[in-house]
Parts: sequence; structure tokens; C-alpha cells
Amino acid sequence: MKKSGGNIIVDCLLAEGVDTIFGYPGGAALPIYDALFDSDIKHILTRHEQGAVHAADGYARASGKPGVCIATSGPGATNLVTGIANACMDSIPLVAFTGQVATSLLGKDSFQEADITGITLPITKHNYMVKDINELGDVIKEAFYIATTGRPGPVLVDIPKDVSSGYTEYEDTGPVYLPGYTPVLQPDSQQVSRVVRAIAEAERPVIYAGGGVISSGAYNELRELAEKTLIPVTTTLMGMGCFPGDHPLSLGMLGMHGSKYANYAVSESDLLVGVGVRFDDRVTGKLDTFAPNARIAHFDIDPAEIGKNVRVDYSINGDAKNTLRAVIDQLEKGSGKPWNGQIDRWKEDYPLEFEKNGSLKPQQVIREIYNVTKGQARIATEVGQHQMWAAHYYHYSRPRTFISSGGLGTMGYGFPASLGVQAACPGEAVFDIAGDGSFQMNTQELMTAVNYNLPVKIAILNNGYLGMVRQWQELFFDRRYSYTEIANPDFVKLAEAYGAVGMRITDSSGVRPALEQALEIDRPVVMDFIIEREENVYPMVPPGEAINNMLG
Amino acid sequence: MRHTLAVLVENNPGVLARVSSLFSRRGYNIDSLAVGRTDDPAVSRMTIVVEGDARVLEQVNKQLHKLVDIIKISDITADEFVDRELVLIKVNADPSIRGEVMQIADVFRARIVDLGQNTITLECTGNGGKVNAFEEAVKPYCIKELVRTGKIAMWRGAKYTGFPGSSNKTNKEDE
Ligand SMILES: Cc1ncc(C[n+]2csc(CCOP(=O)(O)OP(=O)(O)O)c2C)c(N)n1
Ligand SMILES: [Mg+2]
Repeated sequence: MKKSGGNIIVDCLLAEGVDTIFGYPGGAALPIYDALFDSDIKHILTRHEQGAVHAADGYARASGKPGVCIATSGPGATNLVTGIANACMDSIPLVAFTGQVATSLLGKDSFQEADITGITLPITKHNYMVKDINELGDVIKEAFYIATTGRPGPVLVDIPKDVSSGYTEYEDTGPVYLPGYTPVLQPDSQQVSRVVRAIAEAERPVIYAGGGVISSGAYNELRELAEKTLIPVTTTLMGMGCFPGDHPLSLGMLGMHGSKYANYAVSESDLLVGVGVRFDDRVTGKLDTFAPNARIAHFDIDPAEIGKNVRVDYSINGDAKNTLRAVIDQLEKGSGKPWNGQIDRWKEDYPLEFEKNGSLKPQQVIREIYNVTKGQARIATEVGQHQMWAAHYYHYSRPRTFISSGGLGTMGYGFPASLGVQAACPGEAVFDIAGDGSFQMNTQELMTAVNYNLPVKIAILNNGYLGMVRQWQELFFDRRYSYTEIANPDFVKLAEAYGAVGMRITDSSGVRPALEQALEIDRPVVMDFIIEREENVYPMVPPGEAINNMLG
Repeated sequence: MRHTLAVLVENNPGVLARVSSLFSRRGYNIDSLAVGRTDDPAVSRMTIVVEGDARVLEQVNKQLHKLVDIIKISDITADEFVDRELVLIKVNADPSIRGEVMQIADVFRARIVDLGQNTITLECTGNGGKVNAFEEAVKPYCIKELVRTGKIAMWRGAKYTGFPGSSNKTNKEDE
């Protein structure tokens, strides 16, 4: 039986196990939308394509399944660009479908034509334009395969209108054949032995774990390795939740806004074991003084990450879960106690704390969210000071519970992402910890939240500033607050206008009751916390400095 | 150091753009790039000459490998190899000096491929050094136009850079 291109797309999505997608229709996507109309796939109509792609990304981060979004050609497609770049930087499995003008109109500056495969070439893991309907099914299968295997990432599939509206005999052609794509999953056992020996010899080892631990599902293995060897674990922002934040061996986050004890431990270590990390500049600070006394071991699924930023002494290319398993199996139960004494002393001497002076402090809001949710919520964040406080003052004990834009640092990411998280995890408490600036970058998605009853709790830490930028101006630009003071709408009324619930909290005694009340409401709630305006995020490594050289 | 890479790629639209975009955004220096199909029409071969130390080369190699369309990368410079480049040069040569130009061509075993009223067009093949020397030699005759193909290269002897899955691919297409 002949099938339309649109129906082939829907069939392929179902075959991939896709149940929820996020999108926005338009002319070139009409045939795809026509096929969606009577399919079982749940389509969430966001109010902006950027909302759709971030929601699909949040869905992927929370569920571990690929996120799927759809947009029309031209402006619909270009509105996806930030979200695709965001997913690419954080290695999130995402498949983005875009409508395209008909093949006969390609290259003629036709109405709503944009070269989206060209535009997204450097920000996708791979992309396709399907010019022949007979290739459509294979391409979609390849797209999902590439997005979800190896180092995950976004794949875009651009589909001209004549292809999605054409008809062909469609049949599944079996497994994908990609001779140029062969991710290495199993570690080399000789490399493993060398690392095992290095761990046994080390006196001051530290594990530095990141997003790769989460994407490979290596949470249990990481914990087992740490507990077996008593090696302390610091995580990146992307790694939050890959190791329990309240574990005695946890050092919290490292880097520019890392804890002092994490940065001291890394700086004093004699062996640094990086697992699923990429030695980003926000982590390493000044490169030549990063972990100056340590030999460096690096486990990563992407061989190109090994040796990219730092010289490594031991490297293992493979999936983090398999690699950690192989290392654990070869290791004897270790010691390392004298070093842990030193680490405990640093933890006592330099705790992550904030000054309580009776006013409404942002850190207190995060602590209270942690307390009232008993650490069991999924927390999405925007980008700025509030994001760092959300990393510092909430202990993430499970993977996929901290959803934040790490590599690209995209303001406006958190709220739409939280909708994807809520769609993936119905019945769970989902927060968006937001800044007043960031929230205004995708406020329109309040309508999506209300429309689909995605009862996300938005906690705006309202300082009336683009706070993180203001902090840099205060510290490095002589307090010249150039265009960082920001006028805001009445967020309570705004919430109400969309049909959500709004609350304003102006003093510290109101924080806990408001949170408890919000969690009782099965609807989206916007909480406008009027916080101390010029609170800064500390500790802080000034840009270009060594990470043990911290302010605050 | 200068390295010559032989890169086998799937002959998909956009593969050249992917490679050149990778080089430009990561700041690698391409000296030359030549591309054409192999005996398997689904597979093209790029010869890329790139400048960089061992660390840069390692990154170039690994980043190229991440492109899905790239099947195999071999550093030809790692062993004995032959390399060739072809140049076409059109120079001023009124009948009075034609003889001189033809003599130079003879020394370089260049061929005359066209004669105009006052011009002569020469074709010369060789490794980069020879082609450079030929260009220098004809420079005094005022070069009107010059085009080089970029280098192509191959290992000497029995060693070759094949495509491990190519028989596989043929099977798939036959089915
Ligand atoms: C899309 C985008 N534009 C600009 C920036 C630069 N930037 C980083 S943090 C920040 C301020 C964020 O302000 P707000 O959301 O109020 O958070 P706060 O720092 O005040 O907590 C800005 C402008 C960015 N990260 N993303
Ligand atoms: Mg703010």
C-alpha cells in the first residue's frame, strides 16, 4: 500500500517509541501535521519554536529518550537554531524535523526558504535534507540512531513539502548501515589496567564526573567506584545528580563557581580521573595551573575530547558505564584515608554558606525548595546567578533531576525545558528556578503550561537585575551597571492573565509557606521572590585565574 | 609539519561543506584540498594537505572522524608515497619568444596544450616542488592565468588505503 511522506514520518516516530513531540505548524509542514492529526502521538503546541526545541531537550534530559520537535520552513526552522546549538553543546539526543519548500523551489529564495541544513551544519551531530521520498524512512531511522548512540546529540531532518506530501510504497529496510559511524563502546582492557594501577598508586586522587555519566546511565557504577576506593567525587554543572550531592564523598561542583573544597582538592590532587567530561574552560580556569600536580586520566566516549584541552596521561575511549565497570572489576578495595581527612578539614573550614541577615536571600529560597520537596523534585534552571545558587544549595541525589543549559548558557532555556520535563514525568514535582531576566525570554510558554496543564512551579529569584552580568560589572568594571538593571512586569498579574497562579513573596518568613502552598496546587504557579538585589554568587574564580584562587 | 591526508567519504551532498566548515571553525589550516570520486561511485576521496604539529593533527584526525559521512582517514605522509599536482599556465609568448618557452617546458616535461596568437598554455604534472619550480621558471614570461589542482597522493608499494566496508556496501545495493 502506498503511504504519504507525512504518514511515513508518523510511522517511523511510532517505531522509534516516540509518544510526545513538541512543535509549531506552518505551510511547509502542513503534510506532516495532516498525518499527525489522526495519530496517537501526543503533540504539544508551544507558543514559539524555541519553546518547542527546549521542551524536547528537557524531555530528553529527564527521560533519557530522544526529544522530538517539529517546525515549519524558514522562520520556524531558524527559531530552532538556539535550541539545537544548546542540545549540541550539552550532548542531548534530539531529532528536529523541519518543513522545507518543495524541491522545485529550492535555491530560489522562495517564500519561507531558509538553508537550515547549512545553518545548523556546525551545531548538529548530523543533518539531512530528504529529496527523495524513498529515502525518508531510512533517513529518519538513521537520525534517531545517530542522535541516541555514541556521544548523543541533535540531528535535524529537513523535509521538502513535495516529499512529505508525496506517496510511495514504504517498507522497513532493516538495521541502519553507516560505515563512517562506529562509536567505540567497550574500553580497551590494557588501558583499563594502566588506570587501575595509577589509582592504586595515587595518594590524593579525585574523580571529576560530568554529563557523560548521566547519558550513559553510569550512576551506580560511579558510586561503586567511589565507595570502593574512597575517592572523593566532584561534578560539573552537567554532572549534577550523577553522584549523590549529600554523599560524604561528594565535593559538589568544581570550577568557576565550584566549592572551595572541590577546587582545592583538584588543585592538590596527584591523580584526577575525568569521567564523561570535556575540561571546559569554566571548569579548568587557567589551563597551565589546572591540577598542576596531577596525572590526568580521561574516560570518554568521544575520542576527540581526549587531549583536546588538556594533556592526559591515561585515556580510555568507551562508554562511561562499561569503562567504570571494567575499572571496578580490576580494582582491589583501596585506602586513601589520609587524603579524606584533609578533604573533611577543607569542608569544615570552607563550607558553602551564605550570610543570613533577615532579608530574603536567594540561597534560602533554594534551600527551602530542597527541604519542602525532600530533594525529590526535578529542577530546571535558567542562566545566571540563580542557576549557580540552584547548583549550590539543592543536593541532587538522582541523575536527570537537574536540567540546565551548561555549554551554551542559554537564558530562556529553563522554563520551556521544564515543560518537557513535566511531560516526561507526569505527577512529579517540577520546578523552573528562574531569573527575572531569563524568564522574560520565553514567558509566552506560560500559555503552553496552562493549555496542557503542565503544573510546573516557576520560582523567579527577582533581583531587578541581569544579576550575573551585574556581578561581573561590580567586580571587574568598577560597578558601572551598564544596561543590567531591568524593569519587570507584574509577574503575579502576568501569571493570572495566562490562567496560571501567581504569588509574590517579599520576606524570608513567607518562603516556606508559599512553596508548600504552590505544591498543593495542580496548576502552573509563578512565584515572584523579591530577593536581596545585589547578592553575589561565591565562591568565584575570576576569569583567567587558577581555580584555587577564589573570591568570596 | 605538513601532512597529507587521504580521506574516504560517502559521496553525499554537503560532505565537502562539512569538511571545510570543520576546518574553518576549529581554526585548522588547509594548504590544499582535492576531491574526486573513487572506483566506487558512492565513495569520494579527498586529499587534504594540512599544516600543524602532532597535537593539531591528532585533533584534525579525530574531529574529521566525528563526521558521519567520513569513512576512513589515512595519513599518507606516515610512509613512502607518491604525490602529484597538475598545473595549467597561460603565459605571454609572441612568436619571437615561443622557442624559449618551449625549451623550458621541455626541461620540465610540460606539455603545450594550446597556442593563441600571443599566448601559450602549458600543462605540467609533478610533485609540489616541481610544479613550483616550473611556475618560477615561466614567471619572466608574464603569467596571464594559472590554475593548480591541489595535491593528490597515494602510498608506494603494496600498501593502500581501502574502504573496509565497500564490499558490504555493494552487497547492500545489489540486494
Ligand atoms: C540568550 C542569552 N543572552 C544573554 C546572556 C548573557 N547573560 C548571562 S547571565 C545573564 C543575566 C541573567 O539575568 P537573570 O535571568 O535575571 O538571572 P540572575 O543572574 O539575575 O539570577 C545574562 C544577560 C545569556 N546567557 N543568554
Ligand atoms: Mg535577575
